[in-house]
Amino acid sequence: MKKQITSSLMSILVGLLAGFVVMMIIALASPDIAFYRVFKGMGLLISGPFNGTHIMTNVGNMIFKATPLIMCGLSVAIAFKTGLFNIGAAGQYLMGTLVSLSIVLNNDCTGKPAKGFFIWLLAVLCGMVAGGIWGCIPGFFKAIFGVNEVIVCIMTNWIAANITSWVFSAQKTIQATGKGGYLITTKATGNATPSLGLDKLFQGANIDLGIFIAVLIALLIHVILNKTTFGFELKSCGYNKDASKYSGMNEKRNIILSMAIAGALSGLGAALYYLNPGIEFNFNAAYMKLPDVGFNGIPVALLAASNPIGSIFSALFVRYINMGGEYMVSAGFNRYSADIIIALIIYFAGFTNLFSSILANINKKKAEKKAIAGENEKCVENGNEQSTENENEKNTENKCETVKEAE
Amino acid sequence: MEVIIIQKTLMYAVPLLIVALAGVFAERSGVINLALEGEMIFGAFCGAMVGSLLARKNSALLDKPQLIFVLLMLIAAVSGALFSLLLSYSAINLKADQTIGGTALNMLAPAIVNTIALAFFNQEKVVMPANFKSYAIKNPDVNPFLQIFIDKAYISTYIVIFVFIVLSIWMYKTKTGLRLRACGEHPQAAASAGISVYKMRYLGTTISGALAGLGGYVYIATTAGGAAESGVAGMGFLALAIMIFGNWNPLWIALGAMLFGFLKCVGAVSGLIPFLQSTGLPGYFYNIIPYFVVLVVLAFTNGKSGCPKAEGIPYDKGQR
Repeated sequence: MKKQITSSLMSILVGLLAGFVVMMIIALASPDIAFYRVFKGMGLLISGPFNGTHIMTNVGNMIFKATPLIMCGLSVAIAFKTGLFNIGAAGQYLMGTLVSLSIVLNNDCTGKPAKGFFIWLLAVLCGMVAGGIWGCIPGFFKAIFGVNEVIVCIMTNWIAANITSWVFSAQKTIQATGKGGYLITTKATGNATPSLGLDKLFQGANIDLGIFIAVLIALLIHVILNKTTFGFELKSCGYNKDASKYSGMNEKRNIILSMAIAGALSGLGAALYYLNPGIEFNFNAAYMKLPDVGFNGIPVALLAASNPIGSIFSALFVRYINMGGEYMVSAGFNRYSADIIIALIIYFAGFTNLFSSILANINKKKAEKKAIAGENEKCVENGNEQSTENENEKNTENKCETVKEAE
Repeated sequence: MEVIIIQKTLMYAVPLLIVALAGVFAERSGVINLALEGEMIFGAFCGAMVGSLLARKNSALLDKPQLIFVLLMLIAAVSGALFSLLLSYSAINLKADQTIGGTALNMLAPAIVNTIALAFFNQEKVVMPANFKSYAIKNPDVNPFLQIFIDKAYISTYIVIFVFIVLSIWMYKTKTGLRLRACGEHPQAAASAGISVYKMRYLGTTISGALAGLGGYVYIATTAGGAAESGVAGMGFLALAIMIFGNWNPLWIALGAMLFGFLKCVGAVSGLIPFLQSTGLPGYFYNIIPYFVVLVVLAFTNGKSGCPKAEGIPYDKGQR
């Protein structure tokens, strides 16, 4: 756990440094950007939402935009834990969008707050179920037919995209007038996500109840994965499907359920995002391009090492850097420079082996200094704690070897 | 009409074909190349960038569009190969998680494209001069059957099909090809037979990057109207799907790409076909068909998986 956080932080640090180098190259290559602006740009990037005069609004919007990202990150993470690669979060997200928006926009609740809340709740739940059903499809194909989940996810993504455009284009009553291809928002129907006064606190930001739901769900997933038999079975299937089957677990059921939960999480993320009164949905373009947030769930989960609680922080971090990127324009860089840095951070997030060997080297030096007996005890303790996780097991072995060498 | 459909089918299928083969090369050598999409974007962008710079500097070259087409395909292949080294280095030398590396490259490519395009071309895409994507051969007068092959054909179609055949044979009929495949099935056994697993995996991923870059350029020049943007409409992932659909086997991949290209083309031109129009279903319905057919075929045909046994697992010398 501690090791995961350390290597995530290290990848962020190395990624930022590499990004700094990239920015220097951009500054040297383009005649418009003076070299000293690299430092200004980096400062703006690291300050994230704390630039400009509307700090509270920025923070509120950052948190709001992180909400669907947390959910998609969780969606990818729980599939990873079961040994599945959920590249279909985008399609599940779209199905969540389709069902939840269809429910709220077709039920005008203006002036009836109680009914509005009920419809909102119904829409959120149905969006979740829709995503879950969509997530079941790859799980079902994997479990019953043994088809690789990646291909089914990619196919279902595009099917979902076309269905979304199709169904919304047939519902003329909920299309915005005067703005072709867009739907009306929950502002017009009075059943938006309750903002709990947060919009006043954050001075006009889009932030609402959604973030609390996202955090609660992340905690719930954490508990399910770590404290329940079901969670143990899911992880067990991820480590070794055959061994799980041998020990009497229903591995097929686990695969389908894991993908269903993953899909439900993405669907919920979509509902929480699009039921906000300030967000418009373009149904006309939906079938041509899959939503980015579905794919960005993958780096969020990777940066968090598939840890549910970690997904909250990594999603917030990604949005933080995005926000900083918007402000880099004033230093002459365009906002896509921030995307390069995020990509580099993810790239370095893969180097956990390298980082842990660096850490092991540092430990080696420490071990040489420390008394050998004390270190031996620690080694045994570590072995007990972390024996469940392969990655850590290796590290512990390294450590033990280190100690032996020191002896 | 039939001729147009077959020509359009080829147009969709050709990039898919070559990029799916790119996936095969990486995975057969033991590295999951999730970065196909990123390599396509990067290769296409480099090709288009060089193309538009050439057009600015030297207008004499504009008279030889076919030469330029081939040159830019080469540039796209080289840049795709260079870009894939980022993945190879992390996956092979540093034993990093290959999914993470691939995802990072998929994010990095559009970010680089957007940054450079906005900085030097003042918009988020690079548009090539119109005659850089002209047909190599035009023979509207021949009979319809011959028209399919020698009318309105891009030079890239022939090159891609040629490269596809040569590389497929190379992978299955030569010593190096066999060694490359051995590294994807059981690298430790391959190493004990004196094969350098690192070299073979580098070879596989580099060829993969080159083919993906090439495919990316072919896609933007033929299908996407000559503009390199921060995306290739998910073609990289589709190619990955075609690769799995074709069971990691070039012959089946070729058939899969053709089938998919045909169905996708029917979806694209559904508005023009009277028979399909008479059903009253919107274009969205026909767009769904190719994806749906793939799912149905997979459900019924999935027998033995041809997935390389050691793909995705970093090579560890100590595991013999």
